[in-house]
Amino acid sequence: MPDGRLMEACQMSSKPRIVITGLGLTAPNGNSLAEFRANLLAGKARIAVIDVRHMGRHPAGVCDFDATKWQKRKEIRIGTRVGSISIYCSREALGDSGLDWDKVDKSRVGVYLGITEHGNVETENEIHNISQFGNDTKYWTHHHNPRTVANNPAGEVTMNMGITGPHYTIGAACAAGNAGLIQAAQMLQLGEVDIAFAGGVSESIHTFGIFAGFKNQGALGAHEDPTKASRPFDKNRNGIVISEGGAIYVLERLDDALARGARIIAEIAGWCINSDATDAVLPNPERQTECVRMALKRAGMKPQDIQIVSTHATATALGDIQECTALRAVFTDCPDTKINNTKSFIGHCMGAAGALELAGNLPSFDDGWVHPTINIDELDPECAMPGLVINQPVKVERVNAILNNSFGMLGINSALIVKKYGVA
Amino acid sequence: MTKEDIKQVVLDIIADIAPDEDLTTVKAEVRLRDQLSLDSMDFLDIVMELRKKHGIEVPEADYVQLASLDSCANYLLPKFQAKSGK
Repeated sequence: MPDGRLMEACQMSSKPRIVITGLGLTAPNGNSLAEFRANLLAGKARIAVIDVRHMGRHPAGVCDFDATKWQKRKEIRIGTRVGSISIYCSREALGDSGLDWDKVDKSRVGVYLGITEHGNVETENEIHNISQFGNDTKYWTHHHNPRTVANNPAGEVTMNMGITGPHYTIGAACAAGNAGLIQAAQMLQLGEVDIAFAGGVSESIHTFGIFAGFKNQGALGAHEDPTKASRPFDKNRNGIVISEGGAIYVLERLDDALARGARIIAEIAGWCINSDATDAVLPNPERQTECVRMALKRAGMKPQDIQIVSTHATATALGDIQECTALRAVFTDCPDTKINNTKSFIGHCMGAAGALELAGNLPSFDDGWVHPTINIDELDPECAMPGLVINQPVKVERVNAILNNSFGMLGINSALIVKKYGVA
Repeated sequence: MTKEDIKQVVLDIIADIAPDEDLTTVKAEVRLRDQLSLDSMDFLDIVMELRKKHGIEVPEADYVQLASLDSCANYLLPKFQAKSGK
């Protein structure tokens, strides 16, 4: 069978429908969806200035959730920062889902978390630690390996919550938030699990290596006002503001969710992940266009069916333009499609970015508001797009479908479409 | 450095590595694992902190000597005295 026809055969319409029934998050400007959403509609960015080892002070998005809400202090000490983020988000998502946890078969629950990277923080900490002892490795912590195995964040969730089904992380650079959700939807469709905790997480602000890497790439954002440092699409943007955070969703098959009377937040309508196969860091708008178009096709939608495009743009000089080029190619003649960006509020939450940015838009299904991209003092003409919501939220007649873009290094592209439940 | 001092050193380390535990009722003669939620990784933390903070080495064959506060004091006293030159 030709590849294209195989794709057709695998369209979601022939598989169980997957819905979102719970959500927990921590973002630099909110530790709940309500707080996060209120700040997005109020135009409130929250970016701190932190001391980065070896590098001095830099803007960064810092989360202030209370880790002790769901973890013992010993768990926090032994585990990782991203483990705490993952546990907080998962526990909050569970509460939001209304699941009767005591009655859930934990062997039928899966945890699928997207990560940009993992282990840099813990490795750098230990290198620093042994540097205080003449680089003698007998001072290297025995906690290093469980902290740095790539499944760490998801594994910490299973231990905290007693989940005995599958768990792993999905390494997908900055497309990881979408990738975690897509993986979960696929596992639910395959019947591997009945309930999935899925999304994306990041602790990247605690590794100087990422700051130094972006700095030396000429892609680290800076501004005298840290809340203006992340400014996608602005003519004077100068790079990425690195942030931590997490957004984890409860996903179920529609039939299961209806059977238990769950509140359905949204339905997963379509997705695509593809690869540029061209450059390690430079995006490829042609492949991005193909990614978005395939997601639309699998969702059975036309571009005109999308009311909100949640962009990935990170405020790099070229990356923003490339995404705009890709979107212009798809969303021609779409007067009702609004385009926004959430990184302008919270920076780039790396593995959590896609999952958080989707979360910030989900309430639009109910309230009809579209939050803007802020910090645009002078729009870059090369980023001008009809429908770009600039600096102020807009009210629209209806929001039935959201396209969430998330792209990452090594040319990984992801496009995820969610729709309002009950809309054909 | 007395045995009581050493017991306090060990308790201070445990307070850091097991911050949820109530250490006010720890019995010196009873195995630590029988009265506190400590696992093998925690005992490795005790060994590491003795090394880092006090320059004391506990060979793997001697880990059993760290079973209780009393056994810690008996085992570690000569090591602390050797460190301080007494």
